[in-house]
Amino acid sequence: MTSNLLVQLLINGLIVGTLYGVVAMCFVLIYKSTQVVNFAQGEFLLIGAWACWWMVVEAALPFWLAFPLTFAFMMAFGVILQMVVLRPLIGEPIISVIMVTIGLSIFFQAVTKWIFGADVQPFPEIFPVKSVDVFGLQVQPAYLMSLVVSLLIMAGFAWFFKYSRMGLAMRATAFNQQVAQSLGISVKAVFAMAWAISAMVSALAGVVVGIVNGVSGALSFFGIKVFPAVIVGGLDSVIGAIVGGLIIGVLENMAEYVDGQWLQLGNLYSVAPFYVLIVILMIKPYGLFGTKNIERV
Amino acid sequence: MGEAALKLAPEESLLTVNNIEVVYDDVILVLRGVSLDVPKGKIVTLLGPNGAGKSTTLKAISGLLATEDGEVTRGAVSFMGENIANRAPEEIVRRGIFQVMEGRRIIEDMTVGENLRLGAFTRKDGAAAIRDDIDLVYSYFPRLKERTGLAGYLSGGEQQMLAIGRALMARPKMILLDEPSMGLSPLLVKEVFGIIEQLNKDLGITILLVEQNARMALKVADYGYIMESGKIVLDGTKDELVNNEDVKEFYLGGDKERKSFKNLKSYKRRKRWL
Repeated sequence: MTSNLLVQLLINGLIVGTLYGVVAMCFVLIYKSTQVVNFAQGEFLLIGAWACWWMVVEAALPFWLAFPLTFAFMMAFGVILQMVVLRPLIGEPIISVIMVTIGLSIFFQAVTKWIFGADVQPFPEIFPVKSVDVFGLQVQPAYLMSLVVSLLIMAGFAWFFKYSRMGLAMRATAFNQQVAQSLGISVKAVFAMAWAISAMVSALAGVVVGIVNGVSGALSFFGIKVFPAVIVGGLDSVIGAIVGGLIIGVLENMAEYVDGQWLQLGNLYSVAPFYVLIVILMIKPYGLFGTKNIERV
Repeated sequence: MGEAALKLAPEESLLTVNNIEVVYDDVILVLRGVSLDVPKGKIVTLLGPNGAGKSTTLKAISGLLATEDGEVTRGAVSFMGENIANRAPEEIVRRGIFQVMEGRRIIEDMTVGENLRLGAFTRKDGAAAIRDDIDLVYSYFPRLKERTGLAGYLSGGEQQMLAIGRALMARPKMILLDEPSMGLSPLLVKEVFGIIEQLNKDLGITILLVEQNARMALKVADYGYIMESGKIVLDGTKDELVNNEDVKEFYLGGDKERKSFKNLKSYKRRKRWL
């Protein structure tokens, strides 16, 4: 029985881990291309989840339509946010920009509470069954959907950065903005794109977690969990973000298991990632995959 | 001096820099009235000591000045009859001027192929045409084709070739080359300059070349300008410059009696060109 629980938690950890990975990837995307540490990443999840919830519940749209519409909305939201709030800050000290993202985080928390209230709002039944049986394990269909969509997004990211013209331009901008400009790349357009993609993809995680746990301000805590994932993986590595996300996802579920079986401390689930964060910062501050510059000797 | 436009009147001018003044950070005056003229299809070189403002002149043309808080505060940069001073760099690339920056500046964490594809960023004529041009670049730089790893691991000469190849990918009308000889062995310098000359002949690309290696630059150039302390102090055709006593003395290394470096310096200070 306990080994069954262990496997179940492991699977849960991997699935939630991919979600962390996806959000961490979005975080890294912004950090890499614009050097901004975005403390409002969690609010992207929150806004995405509320937007989808509103479309399904208030506008009575079917979920299969509301889901892509949420993506479109978040993309526009990301572009507008970058153009209105962050573009005027280009060239300002990086600490000012980071303070602004903290401000944005508080602002969006308040605005969503103002519009939608402080209570948890459940999504209506999206999937006909509560859980599906995968190799004898019970998995929530929302998680299954998130796993599929996450993997698709990761594959999409890999393709985008390797082969697409804009993807290469974003990598060039991350490498050196002046070089990118000398190639005819508009750095402003790249910045807007980074925020748009980041907001859009983060919303996916928001919607999935919203379906499972209901939508509320607590969702943005998910965004905070992404910090350990990003730090474990290395701030500037997309692969690291995915691996970091998986590690944190599995780790917190394992912490839950250990806690439930032996320690009985309670709540180790949410705290464990941050212990890891501290340990990683002490022993490997650049993370597992933080890139070192190529030195030709 | 500096009125080169008159001498070159019969030729069609592609780029004319007219009496520009460049200021960094709103206070530091770097260029004090620089004028030069680059005729279509020619190689023009801009020579001068460190800190004379050669790179700044190139950046004023390519628009990259803005990325360093610099600004053209007076004068005009006209390219094909239109003033492009202080325009956004991406617009200037679209118009057909591509700068190969000092120190090559290839994207080290990308492959050779990815670097080349990025050179074609502003082009809209489709993947097939871009692929053809990648083959064209490989025909000029065959050794780049063999390098499959990251560009950061290329040798200095290969990186310079990649930087020039990447510029070709944009199909520019004009390339601004900032010290292509920097950090290269004499043999490689020869090879790179040979290719520059060939590109100019084969593809008709106009080149504005900034160099410290005056001897090499004057070998390939049609016309030259010499800059000092933010001003053009001398200009002339290749032959005029090569035979000029001062140029021989300061840039080509006088072959008569050898002077000690100390004496040379004070002599130079006394003379100061003008």
